Amino acid sequence: MFDPAFLLAGVLNGLLAGGIYVLVAVGLTLIYGVLHIINFAHGSLLMLAMYAVFYLWRLIGIDPYAALPVVTAGAFGFGYVLYRLLIGRYSHGRDENILLITLGLSIVIDNVALLFFGGDTQTIDVPYAGSFVEVGAAFLPLPKIISFGASLVICAALGLYMAKSDMGKAIRAVARERQGARLVGIDVENVFAVSYGIGIACLGAAACLLMPTYYVTPTSGHAFVLVAFTIVVLGGMGSFAGAAVGGFLIGITESLGGLFLGEQLGQIGISLIFILILLLKPTGLFGSKA
Amino acid sequence: MTKQRTSGVSRRTFLAGGTALTIGAPGLAGAQPAAVKVGLIHPVTGFVAYNGQQSRLGGTMAIEDVNKAGGIKSMGGAKLEALLGDSQSKVEVGVSEVEKMNEQGVAAYIGCFQSPVGIAASQAAAKYGTPFLVDVGASDLLMSRGLKNVFRLKPGFGVCVDDGIASLGALNKAANNVAKTAVIVHESGEFGTGTAKLLASKLPSIGIAAKELIAHDNPTRNFDNIALRIRSLAPDIVMMSNYGNEYMLLARTLYQQKVNVAGFFSILGGGFNYKFVKEMPDVSQYMMDVNHWYNPKSPQAQALKKRVEATGALFTFEVYLTYSNVMLLADALEHAGSADKEKLIAALAASTFKAELMPYGPTKFVNGQNQGGRPATMQSLKGEIEVIAPEEFASAKAVFPKPKL
Repeated sequence: MFDPAFLLAGVLNGLLAGGIYVLVAVGLTLIYGVLHIINFAHGSLLMLAMYAVFYLWRLIGIDPYAALPVVTAGAFGFGYVLYRLLIGRYSHGRDENILLITLGLSIVIDNVALLFFGGDTQTIDVPYAGSFVEVGAAFLPLPKIISFGASLVICAALGLYMAKSDMGKAIRAVARERQGARLVGIDVENVFAVSYGIGIACLGAAACLLMPTYYVTPTSGHAFVLVAFTIVVLGGMGSFAGAAVGGFLIGITESLGGLFLGEQLGQIGISLIFILILLLKPTGLFGSKA
Repeated sequence: MTKQRTSGVSRRTFLAGGTALTIGAPGLAGAQPAAVKVGLIHPVTGFVAYNGQQSRLGGTMAIEDVNKAGGIKSMGGAKLEALLGDSQSKVEVGVSEVEKMNEQGVAAYIGCFQSPVGIAASQAAAKYGTPFLVDVGASDLLMSRGLKNVFRLKPGFGVCVDDGIASLGALNKAANNVAKTAVIVHESGEFGTGTAKLLASKLPSIGIAAKELIAHDNPTRNFDNIALRIRSLAPDIVMMSNYGNEYMLLARTLYQQKVNVAGFFSILGGGFNYKFVKEMPDVSQYMMDVNHWYNPKSPQAQALKKRVEATGALFTFEVYLTYSNVMLLADALEHAGSADKEKLIAALAASTFKAELMPYGPTKFVNGQNQGGRPATMQSLKGEIEVIAPEEFASAKAVFPKPKL
């Protein structure tokens, strides 16, 4: 099993899986960085976005990749409105209230999805699903390569937006010093809503990239959120670069662990990283002290 | 007074009639005998929610059919009343549903799809001596604990493995023993692990060695590494035993990763159904599965299939297994003439119920396990599910080994 060819294949598989993890984790870390809360509804909202991709394909025949702009924009709008009408309004400025609201939202969304969509597994069978690129011993499925590339581009674009745009600067200002940002005239509530919207937009993009190779059920989003939490802690809570590096590290760890220790034991690697980071560098790889 | 008498009904006659009506009310006024409460416990939420919902569909349809046909005649036409429970795919919730239904006066339970939930729930039902009919749970541990209240109409994974081994052995022999090694991929719970261990121990009897058993969790996000590992082991066949989502995802990954083997052969493959073969004909092509299947030659099964499909649902094994279990219970109630738990258990133990929908032999319970239950072997061919064994139910000839990709 320690054939170098399979080692390379394992690393490549891990990188491709990491691409999606990065996108889910970036949304989570952005919401944490600005609002200072863990969005417990992240998995449920990812699942909703996956259903949106599925029904756009099923009902109108839109390819999941072609649906990316629509679903991403829709997810942003949904997240923005959700914050404005529910989370922001009923949290009364208290972080613990936001936690409870997102937890409640998660339960409601999961069960509403079960009611309307049923528990059946839904998949998208795209014509290029069986296409692959051969790299040594690795057969890399084309949809996963596309997902990986698109994920990198989206993360880079988001990074650029955060660095160069006025809203990006406002988001960073609010993340760093909420009160100070308010004093210089930044509409903090709007920044919160936009940040939440962008976090959910990342999920919309992730859903489009996931659906050609994955499936959707009312519980399928949660499978990605636990790993995203680990990535956020590993990279440093609130850190973009940390989420990117952490995503790929976790992807490769999971892949090589699965390959050499077996799929079940391989998951230990992720938990081990989580524990070690908490013990040795609680702020994460790129995190700064509060 | 005279006027009153001319009404034709004297005061005495009126009182006598009223008394008679009161005493004989249950019969004369059409009062129904008490309904028999049937606890249907399935995971209608959680990671196997679809399977649970399918079971509930079959169970409620059967109860409706029993009631439409006049209820339990030996009990004066007593109707069946469904108590619906959601085990949420969790053991402890399944047990709490048993307790809750016991408080409501349940006569018998049917459930729970997942073996671990069924094991704990039937144990809880045993405390009250309440009959528990296992509709879908596959583990043989369900039936080997000496519990007098537990009955299973369908075969367990032991019989499914035996039949599967016999089927695979015959196929391999006909193909000049092309398969000599296998890799078994299974879910890590009681069902998958138990099935995989049995398979590994019995494969050598047909000249096939199990190279490795690969366990995976539920849910698993990514099967790329398992596909890579399988390719590195280069087995002749890949055997699978897992629930629906993982079965489908694994099959798709093996196809995408060009895992070239003589055949994919699953035992109780949770995702091998009409939806899978219709929506992914390329992925599913030539895949084989040993599983519960209805008797395609049974008019009752065909009629039920039409009814189920008319609701927009699929006619999956959960539907007809739970349906058949409700019918078994109704038949036992008919023979017992009572919902008394001891009488009902005795009637179930002596049951000769004819499972019209299933390709089973005569029903005979030994330690709660029906000896007549058996699975069928199916193959996906051109987007259809064909029965390839047993021969008397076969609708097509098996393709083995499958053509190389």
